[in-house]
Amino acid sequence: MTIVRSISAFVDHNPIYYSNGFINIEINMPIKLAGIIVLLLASTIAACGTQESNVDSGNRDGILHFGNGTEVQGLDPHVVTGVPENHLMYALFEGLVNKNPYTLEVEPGVAESWTVSEDGRVYEFVFRETAKWSNGEPVTAKDFEWSWWRALQPALGSQYVFMYFPIKNAEAFFREEIKDFSQVGIKALSDNILRIELANPTPYFLQLIDHYSMFAVHRATIEAHGKASDSYTQWTRPENFIGNGMFVLDEWSLNRHITVSRNENYWDIDKVKLNGIKFYPIDSLTTEERMFRAGQLHRTENIPIERIAWYRDNMPELLHIAAYNGTYFYRVNTRREPFGDVRVRRALAMTINRDLLIASVLDGIVTPSYSITPPGILGYQPPTLFKYDPEGARALLVDAGFPNGNGFPKIELQFNTSDQHRKIGVAIQQMWKKELNIDIVLQNRDWKVYLDNESTANFDLSRAGWIGDYVDPNTFLDMWITDGGVNRTGWGDPEFDRLMLIEAPKAAGRDARFAKFNAAESLLMKNMPILPIYTYSSKHLIHESVRGMPSNVMDHYNYKYMSLQAKPAEIAQKDEMQAEGGE
Amino acid sequence: MWRFIWIRLLQAIPVIFVVITATFFLIRKAPGGPFDAEKPVIPSVKRALEAKYNLDQSMWEQYVSYIAGLFRGDMGPSFKYPGWQVEDLIASGLPITAELGFYALLVALAVGVIAGVIAALKPNTAQDYIPMSLAMIGICMPTFMLGPLLVLLFGIHLEWLPISGWGDLPGDKILPSITLGAAYAAYVARLSRGGMLEIMSQDYIRTARAKGLPERVVVIKHAMRGGLIPVVTFLGPAFAGLLAGSFVVETIFQIPGLGRFYVQAAFNRDYTMILGTTIFLSVLIVMFNLLSDMLAMWMNPRLRQQVSGKR
Repeated sequence: MTIVRSISAFVDHNPIYYSNGFINIEINMPIKLAGIIVLLLASTIAACGTQESNVDSGNRDGILHFGNGTEVQGLDPHVVTGVPENHLMYALFEGLVNKNPYTLEVEPGVAESWTVSEDGRVYEFVFRETAKWSNGEPVTAKDFEWSWWRALQPALGSQYVFMYFPIKNAEAFFREEIKDFSQVGIKALSDNILRIELANPTPYFLQLIDHYSMFAVHRATIEAHGKASDSYTQWTRPENFIGNGMFVLDEWSLNRHITVSRNENYWDIDKVKLNGIKFYPIDSLTTEERMFRAGQLHRTENIPIERIAWYRDNMPELLHIAAYNGTYFYRVNTRREPFGDVRVRRALAMTINRDLLIASVLDGIVTPSYSITPPGILGYQPPTLFKYDPEGARALLVDAGFPNGNGFPKIELQFNTSDQHRKIGVAIQQMWKKELNIDIVLQNRDWKVYLDNESTANFDLSRAGWIGDYVDPNTFLDMWITDGGVNRTGWGDPEFDRLMLIEAPKAAGRDARFAKFNAAESLLMKNMPILPIYTYSSKHLIHESVRGMPSNVMDHYNYKYMSLQAKPAEIAQKDEMQAEGGE
Repeated sequence: MWRFIWIRLLQAIPVIFVVITATFFLIRKAPGGPFDAEKPVIPSVKRALEAKYNLDQSMWEQYVSYIAGLFRGDMGPSFKYPGWQVEDLIASGLPITAELGFYALLVALAVGVIAGVIAALKPNTAQDYIPMSLAMIGICMPTFMLGPLLVLLFGIHLEWLPISGWGDLPGDKILPSITLGAAYAAYVARLSRGGMLEIMSQDYIRTARAKGLPERVVVIKHAMRGGLIPVVTFLGPAFAGLLAGSFVVETIFQIPGLGRFYVQAAFNRDYTMILGTTIFLSVLIVMFNLLSDMLAMWMNPRLRQQVSGKR
């Protein structure tokens, strides 16, 4: 109603509408008014002048201005998924262990130390006495026991609950086949000892418990705002929030920002150099890049691909591009002809000129991929079983009964609406047309329609991407077991299932395990239910004043390592000015 | 007059009801659901979520319980941001979008009326052509182009103004208001020129001049009141349009308003949020149309007589 009133008030009192004769000016009235308005506007603008940017004030006050993609869905570590949430979880909570951002090796967190039994199935974590919640209460093994019990409640709806499944009976408890939680391998032996029993030795278990879905939450706070299994209650609002991370939640302003500040109760607060972080949800890549250029952000979540060349030429020191734990590929629906024939699938994969594609469409920022697992995760190397070979592909197509593409049905490639997916699709469409003389139709779809088509197998070829959930090849390979939830290609092989589900978990030592993975992955790539295209890169713009934010394959941040320092040039300038003033 | 308002309000009820019903069933017909994600949700988890949002009931049961909720002022929790009620989200975005819309309207009126009146005073001269050509450019130039241009010039090149946010940094409201107002300023300019041209040839203007009134008084006191009626009738739909259409500007300038929620909701299949914002905006549009009709009546005695003559 105030708006309504203001408009009528505006009309009532505006001299343009009513003249009571008090204005006695010689020149034409409207022109005069226009002049006044222009002057007013100009003076407002000039008054703003050149102001201190967020980066400058942030460097001075120790506040990191962090571009964070989209608005977070929530702040409950057992409920949320997604990268923006991920960045907040590591600021607000801490797990049993942390990760070193340089090496990705595990470092002590809430747990001061731990022991592993000889068969690799029992872990005992010793809690540090100084670990505290943000209200000063100690973080105990019982907190973790209760939190993990909560995460396994089906009614809570945790989408990362599979992270718990290596633990003995955790999956059965989640599926309500076991009602008694004491049969699950999670037990607080005392306030400061947590004993975890696994179903099978899981060499990457320590990497899992660094994931936010396995963090602890403050029981009393959650129970004060609903049942343990209620998701999205008021406990994550700033006025109620209690966490155990380096920072506490100060303000959550939807679509505007989330601010966190130092948690003075954090056990290692002396090592934390930042005073706070301001997370900005920015949907538009171009807006984010402009904000960065105007000095309003220290770090962006992404970079518009068309801006990369400019930064590379002019400000390479701000550009941070690194291999990322993810693969871009096309799913092939093997239930549909002609894709039931492996020769057709292989022919398609062999005629994608990945080097050309990356150089021309992707500005050279990613690396070609010939398998599903990105190379080099903890030393694992995926097999390369084919190369760009149009000649060989044509021969395969002849064998499959489509010489020179004759008789090849018109097939459709679906992708979720995005300029980049379209560009890649167009390039590959051209390659297949040129080398194999086959026609495909590009079809962009709204995200939800795209997902619906994928899950109901209503596609020929479908763009896809997969980001690893943890640092282990398993996260890229176990999805291809027969009828796995994200397999969606219709392909399955009992031998592959056996390698992944039985042999690999039992393998002794990392090398033996990786050998099993390699055998499984070779099987997958011989059958080619997917066409790998490239390994993702993380792309960020990071201001020079930010220290301790290294690139790594998980794009993982550990805020404890970060600090802000004004640019050396600025320091030099200041020193110079002081020197001059001194004289 | 009151009778007129009552009739219009009563007419609005079936309109809004149709909007609610059509939106409710149409969004559920769109492929994909609110819980579809790249990683499939575990079936038992999905069932728990669906039960939480009554999605396990039949479509009609959901419809009836939604309408019942509306009468209690309960629009349900957002699907995408489940920690928030839809009415809370609207309440958080609305003041910002309304403020943005209001400033944009001020820009549109100030620039548009002045340009239109100047143009109408000397039709078919340079004083007419220049502002009207600018207005045409303004109409043709989409906000997603004007916004970034202004940002590049005033924000990044000259560093005079902040380029994002709303109320975070001094002066950050200026560029979005100008960007959003520009297209409407152009419309206002054309409307006020047309209206003024028509009025300036009326008999009563000739009478005013014959009385020996200075031109200034003739224009401001006598001509503008009638000449700006088209602008006033445009105000209602324009303000509603500013609220509903601020999405592009809110995205460019990183403003936490209603428009961003609205469009995100559609992409996310956030059923309750789509419904809530649609209902809210349709009510607004109906209200503003009524309001601008009332304003026009107040400014135009002939219309007023028509309505009260029916008594």
